[in-house]
Amino acid sequence: MEEMLREYLPILVFLAIAIGLGIVLILAAVIVAIRNPDPEKVSAYECGFNAFDDARMKFDVRFYLVSILFIIFDLEIAFLFPWAVAFQDISMTAFWSMMVFLGVLTIGFAYEWKKGALEWE
Amino acid sequence: MVQADLNIILPEIVISVYAMAALLVAVYSAKDKLAAPLTWATAGLFVLVAVWVSGMTGEATAFNGMFINDGFARFAKVTILVSAAAVLIMSQAYMSRRGLLKFEYPILIALAAVGMMMMVSAGNLMSLYMGLELQSLALYVVASFRRESVKSTEAGMKYFVLGALSSGLLLYGASLVYGFAGTTDFAGIIDAAHHGGSIGMLIGLVLVVSGLAFKVSAVPFHMWTPDVYEGSPTPVTAFFATAPKVAAMGLFARVLHDAFGSVTADWQQVVVLLSILSMFLGAFAAIGQTDIKRLMAYSSIAHMGYALMGLASGTALGVQAMLVYMAIYVTMNVGTFAFILSMEKDGQPVTSIASLNMLSRAAPAKAIAMLVLLFSLAGVPPMVGFFGKLMVLQAALDAGLTWLAIAGVIASVIGAYYYLRIVFLMYFGQAQEDALDHRSAPVLTVMLMASAIIMVVGIANLFGVESAAMAAATTLVQ
Repeated sequence: MEEMLREYLPILVFLAIAIGLGIVLILAAVIVAIRNPDPEKVSAYECGFNAFDDARMKFDVRFYLVSILFIIFDLEIAFLFPWAVAFQDISMTAFWSMMVFLGVLTIGFAYEWKKGALEWE
Repeated sequence: MVQADLNIILPEIVISVYAMAALLVAVYSAKDKLAAPLTWATAGLFVLVAVWVSGMTGEATAFNGMFINDGFARFAKVTILVSAAAVLIMSQAYMSRRGLLKFEYPILIALAAVGMMMMVSAGNLMSLYMGLELQSLALYVVASFRRESVKSTEAGMKYFVLGALSSGLLLYGASLVYGFAGTTDFAGIIDAAHHGGSIGMLIGLVLVVSGLAFKVSAVPFHMWTPDVYEGSPTPVTAFFATAPKVAAMGLFARVLHDAFGSVTADWQQVVVLLSILSMFLGAFAAIGQTDIKRLMAYSSIAHMGYALMGLASGTALGVQAMLVYMAIYVTMNVGTFAFILSMEKDGQPVTSIASLNMLSRAAPAKAIAMLVLLFSLAGVPPMVGFFGKLMVLQAALDAGLTWLAIAGVIASVIGAYYYLRIVFLMYFGQAQEDALDHRSAPVLTVMLMASAIIMVVGIANLFGVESAAMAAATTLVQ
């Protein structure tokens, strides 16, 4: 038990430093920084203009489509990586499972492409 | 080895491959012009697979117990597929008239069906979650299918956020169960629970039950139901009220008996509470409704309460009663929604209950069919719906839950009020000038009449569902 706990010691040290540093930085800003706010300073900054719109405006849905597509292929890498590392030891079933998985993803991608989700005007 | 596993899940593979092939073919050719044929093809495929599944015998597991194909799963699958096919057939005319029928609709329903088949066959917490999410994600999308309508997008959003919350609860429970049982396999969990379950396992069990209660919309996890039912396009509401409910109840029974069957006392009280709250809230809250879709939402909450009463008894008889109840419930709802889909005024759909005033004079045949269905939903004796309620009450009594059965009877009497109020309006209401249109699509009339006829003719022997459900229940509860 003690042996096992000792293995986690570096993580404990890391956590302590991370939390400690975070607190120090926040407190330093509170204690050291000079503050004298005026209305111009605290108002929303928009490239030198006065803010002319609410920040909560409608976004083009294509931003979401692109980000969702990114997440899908990002996750695909997360699956592919251990599969590729263990390639020497895996069976044909594992190989074909990944091929089927990639195939299903490709079908989704082909659908999205043809549907015009990737066209920007 | 893999070959044998794949053979066992062949029905699911067939529907998945069909869905993917249909998606590619449709998007690379005529797109939405293919929507109507695809809807019919999907319904046809569902019926074929249902016939195929119902012909199977024996019990088999695939992928090291991840997937179970037993009598219980097959009973649920046949109910799911047939009701999904019926709803698809009903939606086609309604949706294409309103420009809602996109080719993605039947494909999403097909994918949801695969998810539901996976749910009722799950033998492991991981395959359970996979089936549940496949079903839910497809349903979130169809809920917001009318994209330009604020209500429909709101329904989709609400369903998605609360569905994600319930999935979170379920996953947290599953992780606790895994932590304390050391396995995600139902067969392993039942052993671990038997040899002294711990408090952590109990918390995990309660969280899993809460997550599942969200999916069957049992009180206190029902709050999404009325809004989602009201906001979704009516054919989608019809779908929500039928197949996914069967799948979720099937999964509920599967988890409680396959994974936690050795600690019945631990979950019995929780299910009893869910059951009582659902029955009473469904009965009381429906009284004030003016929109028939919202009324059906509360009606479905109350019906889930009765189905849960069957589960709460924790016996094979209880599971049988639950299966019979769900089969009857689905049949009644298909007919009722066929009627709601046919409610139109000057070609525009209406859903207000007031528009049904004096329907008996304008459309006597429809009114009498609806009368039969409403009596059956209320559980009035000569109709099949009564026998469903009778069976769950019987199961509760046999398990010694006398007061639960008494509560069920009281809730049923209260609930009868709002069903009978519609009957009253149809026959003795005030005549109105702008009555509903007389004409309705032939498909809807056929579905409505068939459902009403089943409710009357079925009292002879329930079409043998009773014995099929018994056989199914005994494969689940040893």
